[in-house]
Amino acid sequence: MSYEVVGITILWTFLFGYLIVASVDFGAGFFSYYTAVVTRHENKVHNIIQRYLTPVWEVTNVFLIFFVVGLVGFFPDTAYFYGTALLVPGSLAIVLLALRGAYYAYNTYGSSKENDKIYMTIYGATGLLLPAALSTILALSEGGIITETNGKVRLDWIQFFSNPYTWSVVILALVSVLYISAMFLSYYAKRAEDQHSFELLRRYALFWSGPTILACVFAFFQINRQNPEHFENMLNMSWMFIASLICFLIAVYFVWKKVNLGWAFVLVMLQFAFAWYGYGRSHLPYILYNQISIYESFTNETMAIALIIAFIAGLFILIPSLILLLRLFLFDSKYVRGHSPKKG
Amino acid sequence: MVDLDPVTLSRMLTGLTLIVHIVFASIGVGVPLMIALAEWRGIRKNDPHYTLLARRWARGFVISVAVGVVTGTSIGLQLSLLWPTFMRVAGQAIALPLFMETFAFFVEAIFLGIYLYTWERFKKPMIHLLLLIPVVLGSSASAFFITSLNAFMNAPQGFTLKNGVFAEFKPLVAMFNPATPTKVSHVLASSYTASAGLLAGIAAYSLLRGRKEAYFKKALKLTVISTFVFAVSTAIIGDFSGKFLAKYQPEKLAAGEWHFETTDRAPLIYGGVMDESGSIKYAIKIPYALSILAGNSPNTEVIGLNEFPVDERPSLKIHYLFDTMVTIGGLLVLIPLIYMFRHRLSRKGNKRGYPKWLLVCLVLLGPLAMAATELGWLYAEFGRQPWIVRGYMKVAHAATTQDTVGYMIILFLALYIVLCLSCVKVLAKLFRNKDVVEEMRELGIHAKGGMKP
Repeated sequence: MSYEVVGITILWTFLFGYLIVASVDFGAGFFSYYTAVVTRHENKVHNIIQRYLTPVWEVTNVFLIFFVVGLVGFFPDTAYFYGTALLVPGSLAIVLLALRGAYYAYNTYGSSKENDKIYMTIYGATGLLLPAALSTILALSEGGIITETNGKVRLDWIQFFSNPYTWSVVILALVSVLYISAMFLSYYAKRAEDQHSFELLRRYALFWSGPTILACVFAFFQINRQNPEHFENMLNMSWMFIASLICFLIAVYFVWKKVNLGWAFVLVMLQFAFAWYGYGRSHLPYILYNQISIYESFTNETMAIALIIAFIAGLFILIPSLILLLRLFLFDSKYVRGHSPKKG
Repeated sequence: MVDLDPVTLSRMLTGLTLIVHIVFASIGVGVPLMIALAEWRGIRKNDPHYTLLARRWARGFVISVAVGVVTGTSIGLQLSLLWPTFMRVAGQAIALPLFMETFAFFVEAIFLGIYLYTWERFKKPMIHLLLLIPVVLGSSASAFFITSLNAFMNAPQGFTLKNGVFAEFKPLVAMFNPATPTKVSHVLASSYTASAGLLAGIAAYSLLRGRKEAYFKKALKLTVISTFVFAVSTAIIGDFSGKFLAKYQPEKLAAGEWHFETTDRAPLIYGGVMDESGSIKYAIKIPYALSILAGNSPNTEVIGLNEFPVDERPSLKIHYLFDTMVTIGGLLVLIPLIYMFRHRLSRKGNKRGYPKWLLVCLVLLGPLAMAATELGWLYAEFGRQPWIVRGYMKVAHAATTQDTVGYMIILFLALYIVLCLSCVKVLAKLFRNKDVVEEMRELGIHAKGGMKP
């Protein structure tokens, strides 16, 4: 593999990590809000969500920052094109991320006895707005919307909003977030031996599975309209998308039958992994269609090697730390059931 | 405001984000060390007061970390959004530390999460303290990586420029540039000072409000002595920074000191006003002091500002930033020193506690230390103008070409006001709702002696 492909694979993997952990987080925000404020179910579902999120929320953001910093590091031209074009949407996304992160911490570590309505609303609303906003960058990457004339990079807003492909990606992002999150949380509720929450979350998971697959198919064929060249590439590796569909079917079957919930979630991750890497692979060599190619916009070789070495060294620290975190909070049944001592 | 050009607006927005972020970043780097000191003392002296101190600090700390994380995310993304050309060119040489910073932060975030939730999970309290070490190392490493990027902007190296093309990049050479040692150590030491000062201010405030428990006096002693030690080291490192500037970035030192003619036996000008003809009035002139700052000897030749073309000189206003920073630095040493003398006296029979004026001065340690940090950064940034990468790229050529930056300033100003106000409100509520005495009772700690009954 060339350095270029190693670089983009590392970055794509981090973005995949973000896709999974952030989806759980975003969806959790929405379900929390929905169950506690809209349907006035008791706070049980919210408690389950809270117990999972608390120790890991900071980790989620880092995946995204890692991707952005790494992208600019490996492919400096992305800073120029995306950085200039995304000033307004990027700034809005920062504001949403900031409000979400800060209010989450205020509510969790602050001293308010019950869950604040303002916080729940901010957390619920940003849980839907953020994936919608972030996913549009994927739509932009298909090309034709970011233009460069006379050394000035511009984003064509009218073209952007009137494009059905943009909206197909937004819808796909929203339903996927709710689907991934509900799948994970029903597994977590089962582990916590909370039957009531489990039943509720399982219903959500099954409810959102249909729209997810419909949105996938819709977005898939919209790519053909937007960027036939990319679509052609996707058809050449269609086995990845078929594998994704099979994983989806087995996962939903498991949840339907209430068996193998851990495996069901692994299959959900595989479902998205196949689709994600299939999409990414067929997108190459372009990061931004016809403007940034991984080969022409690559950083110098010394920096590439340095970044890859730093990445490998970083993994040696990171993976043990993550395993420790997961063992203490995700796979420790005492903690999951809520019998552990409270925060400091 | 919207009429200004994108370059000025981008500078304003970056400055705004950094002014907010630096407060929380300094706390993020320094407070874990203070928590570790308190918990370690608690274990060694078997004194639950110190353990409780660590616990309460950690509880407040995590709130400030949240704001630090989100403002850090903000500046991390704004680097690309506001300075796309800078990142495109300089990224080739200096992307490595930025990339590694995310790893350092990752480790810090993971262990902070574990630390907070495991106060009673281990039989040996020492294991819990060990969890804090990755947090301290992670946050200090973050500071190192990010500051090395800033150091690169001041003393760029690790690449060549031939016919307008940058080539032969050496990432490690770029990272370990001549500015890195003094800059990183100055940032670390000043963050520790700011954090210790802030915590000292909080302890002094409680005593000022009439609290008499031993808990507060112990907190005060630990934090004030730490402030003293860190402030002295910051000053010593500051002296090295002066020597670095004299050698590698003389225009910054010269503008800061109003030093125009290259000469040896250069005097240090403190304060003063410059009239239109350029003559300086009302200033205190300390003979030879600038030469000594620049090279430890009155005979050191100090390069003056006149050696540089007019359009490559920083603003002369940075003189006041520098002088105020140094003055506050002096106070950060002096106030703890008075406290330590007074403490000595009170141990020798004088049991009346601390006088009110001293407590007021100690409360000021927090705001003063933060002000010194902000002034230091303002001096560092204004002193590098007009360059973004000294000698290679001017700020004017690095900014975005978008004309909507003005609206973004309004957006972010509103965001930061909301974040800071709500942060203060949440912190105040957190500590008001759970008083120390009440918590000591819950945990079975004796309020006066501190040992378990």
